[in-house]
Amino acid sequence: MNNPDKLEAVNKNSQTQSDVCIKVNDLKLFYSEKSALHGINMSVPRNKVTAFIGPSGCGKSTLLRCFNRMNDLVDDVRIEGNITIDGDNIYDKSVNVADLRRRVGMVFQKPNPFPKSIYENVAYGLRIQGVNSRRRLDEAVESSLKGAALWEEVKDRLEDSAFGLSGGQQQRLVIARAIAIEPEVLLLDEPASALDPISTLKIEELIYELKDRYTILIVTHNMQQAARVSDKTAFLYMGDLIEFDDTNKIFTNPEKKKTEDYITGRYG
Amino acid sequence: MVVGLIGLIAIRGLGIYWPSEIHQIDVQKVDGSSEVLIGEIYDSEIVSRGRLEGAGIKLEGDEQFFDRTLYKVGNREIYGVDFKWVLNDKIKSEVYPQDIVVFERREWGNLYGFIENVKENNVVKPVTDVWSDFQSRVERALDLHDEIKVIEKHEIGRINAALERLRLKAKKLELTGSLTPEKIIEIEADTAAQNKIYEGLQGRLAALYAEIKRDQVVVKVASGQSVDISISEVVRTWMPNNMGVFEKIGFYATSAWLFVTDEPREANTEGGIFPAIFGTVMMVIIMSIIVTPFGIVAAVYLKEYASQGFITRTIRIAVNNLAGVPSIVYGVFGLGFFVYFLGGNIDQLFFPEALPAPTFGTPGILWASLTLAILTVPVVIVATEEGLSRVPKNIREGSLALGATKWETLWKTVLPMASPAMMTGLILAVARAAGEVAPLMLVGVVKLAPTLPLDMTFPYLHLDRKFMHLGFHIYDVGFQSPNIEAARPLVYATAFLLVVVIVFLNLAAISVRNRLREKFKGYDS
Repeated sequence: MNNPDKLEAVNKNSQTQSDVCIKVNDLKLFYSEKSALHGINMSVPRNKVTAFIGPSGCGKSTLLRCFNRMNDLVDDVRIEGNITIDGDNIYDKSVNVADLRRRVGMVFQKPNPFPKSIYENVAYGLRIQGVNSRRRLDEAVESSLKGAALWEEVKDRLEDSAFGLSGGQQQRLVIARAIAIEPEVLLLDEPASALDPISTLKIEELIYELKDRYTILIVTHNMQQAARVSDKTAFLYMGDLIEFDDTNKIFTNPEKKKTEDYITGRYG
Repeated sequence: MVVGLIGLIAIRGLGIYWPSEIHQIDVQKVDGSSEVLIGEIYDSEIVSRGRLEGAGIKLEGDEQFFDRTLYKVGNREIYGVDFKWVLNDKIKSEVYPQDIVVFERREWGNLYGFIENVKENNVVKPVTDVWSDFQSRVERALDLHDEIKVIEKHEIGRINAALERLRLKAKKLELTGSLTPEKIIEIEADTAAQNKIYEGLQGRLAALYAEIKRDQVVVKVASGQSVDISISEVVRTWMPNNMGVFEKIGFYATSAWLFVTDEPREANTEGGIFPAIFGTVMMVIIMSIIVTPFGIVAAVYLKEYASQGFITRTIRIAVNNLAGVPSIVYGVFGLGFFVYFLGGNIDQLFFPEALPAPTFGTPGILWASLTLAILTVPVVIVATEEGLSRVPKNIREGSLALGATKWETLWKTVLPMASPAMMTGLILAVARAAGEVAPLMLVGVVKLAPTLPLDMTFPYLHLDRKFMHLGFHIYDVGFQSPNIEAARPLVYATAFLLVVVIVFLNLAAISVRNRLREKFKGYDS
C-alpha cells in the first residue's frame, strides 16, 4: 500500500547514494502468525537524525529493534525482507549478532545502568571486547562521558555506584556507555520519555551534538521533540510506513491525510 | 518458642562444668549403722511411698511422699556406681570440708576424697605442702602424656601410613606384573628403615611410660579407706569447697574450653566433642562446595538455556519433589549409589592394590557430603531460578545491546545480580544439612572416629574417612551410653553446641548475602 516505490523515488531524489546509511527492503515482521510490520521500505541518511513517530502500537519500536536484531530475543518472531547497513545485510546467516550490536548501539526508554560503578558502566562494552588496558579504558571513559555531556558532573565520583545518579544523568550515562564502543548507528527508543523537562532538554541538546558522528534513529511519542531534534521523520501507522520525508515537510506540509490528521492531533 | 527451647538446652547443658560444692553427708542405713558419702548434688525429686517400698526400702511413719536427692559420688571402681539416691530424712549430718579434692581422671570418672600423701615409686615422699607438690607432679605427668600422645598419634601414625604405602606399592607392582627383584629389595629396604624408626619410637615410648607411672597419690575416700591412684591417670584436680566465685568462673571457662576443644573419652561420656564439631562443619563446607556450583549450573540451564517445554516442566516438578523425599531415603540412596556403586568402582579403578579392604567403597565424609548435596540441591535450584527471573529484562537487553553475547551477559551482569538469591538458597541448604542425622548414619558418621578428615599426613584432606557429627553424637551419648546419668548433661551441652554451630554457619552465609545485596540494592525489588 501507499506505493513504496514512489517513496523510494522521493528518498533518492533528496539525497545522493553515498549518503544512505541504512536501507530497509520490504521488511515484514510477524509475532507468531500476527503481522506487525507489513513491508517497510526506506533509506536512512548518514549522520542525520531520523525520527519515528506514530500512535502507540504502530510498530515504531518494533522497527527500531530490527536494526540491531533485538527482536531475535523475543520468542516466535519471524522476519522477512532485509536491512542493509553500509551494504551489508544484517539478516544474513553469516552475520554475528554481537558484532552487529557493536556497530549499532541502542538506548532504551528506561535508564538501565548496570549495578556497577559509573566507570565500569562506561567501560563495560570495551571490556566485553577484551580491552583491559587501564590507559585505554580511562581515555574511552573520559571521552564518552564528555561526548554524553556528563563528564563535568561525575568526574570526581567515577567509582561511585551508577544508581546514585539522577534519572537524567543515568540516561546520559547509558548514552555514554553506548558511544564508548564507537558504533556507527545509534538507536534511541523514547530516550526522554521517563525524564523531567530539563533532563529532556539536555538529552535533546546531546542528540543534536551527536549527529555529527553517528547516524541516529529515534523513536518518540513527543511530536515537538521529533520536530526539534530530527532532520527526517517517518510516520508509521498500524505497521505501515505512511510517510517518510524531511521533518520540515512532514510537520508543515504532509502529503498524506493520515499524517496530517496525526500531527494535528486528530488521533493517536 | 525457639528462644525458650534454646534457653532450656543452654541452662541444662551449660551448668555441667560449674564446680559445685561437695557435700560430705552421714546417712543412716537400714540396719541402723551410718555411712559417709561424699559427692555433689546432681538432682532431686519427690517420690511416693509405694515406689520406694516397691524398690525394697523399709520406711517408718505414715508419710506418703519423700524428698530424695541424687548425689554424684564418683569413685566408680570402688563403689560400683557413681550416682546414689539418698532420702533427705535419712541424712544425719552434712558438712562441706574445705580440703575435699575432685580428681578428673582418664578412666572411671571422677574421684572424690582427701589427699593423704604423695608417693614416688611407691615410696612416700615427705613434703611440707602436699597440695602444691601434688600439683607439680600432675603438671609433669600431663606434659609426659602430651609427649606420648604426639609420638603415638603423629609419629607412629606417619610410620604406619608410610608402611601401608609401601605395602600397597608392592601389591600394585605385583598386580601389574612388574615386581622385579630389584624393586622387592628396594621396598624391603624402605620397610626395614621404617621399622627401625618405629622400634626407636617404641623404645622412647616405653621410657616415657615408665616415667609417667612414677608418681602416685594416696587418697582417703568417703568410706575411710586409702586408695593409691597413679598420677598419670589424673587430668585435672580442684577443691571446689575452697574456691571463690572468680576462681569458679575461671574454672568454668577452662572446662567449657576443654569441652569444645578436647577429644571424647570413656565411650563419649567424658572429655570434649571437638571431632564432632569439626566433622559437622567440614561436612557442611564440603557439601556447600558441591551443591553451590551444581545447583547454580542446573538453574541457569533450566532458566536461561533450556527451551521451556514439556521436558523442562517435568524436570522442574521432579526437582521440587526431591525436596519432599524423606531424608533417610537419601541415606539409602547414598549408600547404594555413592558408597557401593561409585565408591566400589573407584576402588576397582584406582585402588585395586588395597582390595579387599575398601578405600572409597565404604561410608565416608565425601559420600555423606554428596548425599546431603542431593538432599539440598532443590533448594539452591529453586532459589537461583527465582533470583534469575528477578533480574530485570532491560538490564539483560542493555548488556546485549552493547555487543555482549548471551554468556557474557550472564557471567558479567545477570549472575552477579542473582548472587544474593543464590546465597539465600545456600543458607537454606546449610540450615537443612547441618541438622540432618538420619541419612548420615548410613553414609559416613560413626560413634568415634580415631582421626579427623583433615590432618598433617599426606594427602592432608582425607575424603574417604569416616567422621563424627554433633547430631549423631547427641543420639549416641543420649541413648547408647553405658552411664546415662553422667551423659545427660552432655546431651544438652552437645545439643546447645549443635544449635550454636548451625547459627554460626547461617550467620556467616547471611552476612555474605547482605554484603551482596548492598552491592546490588538498586535493583533488588
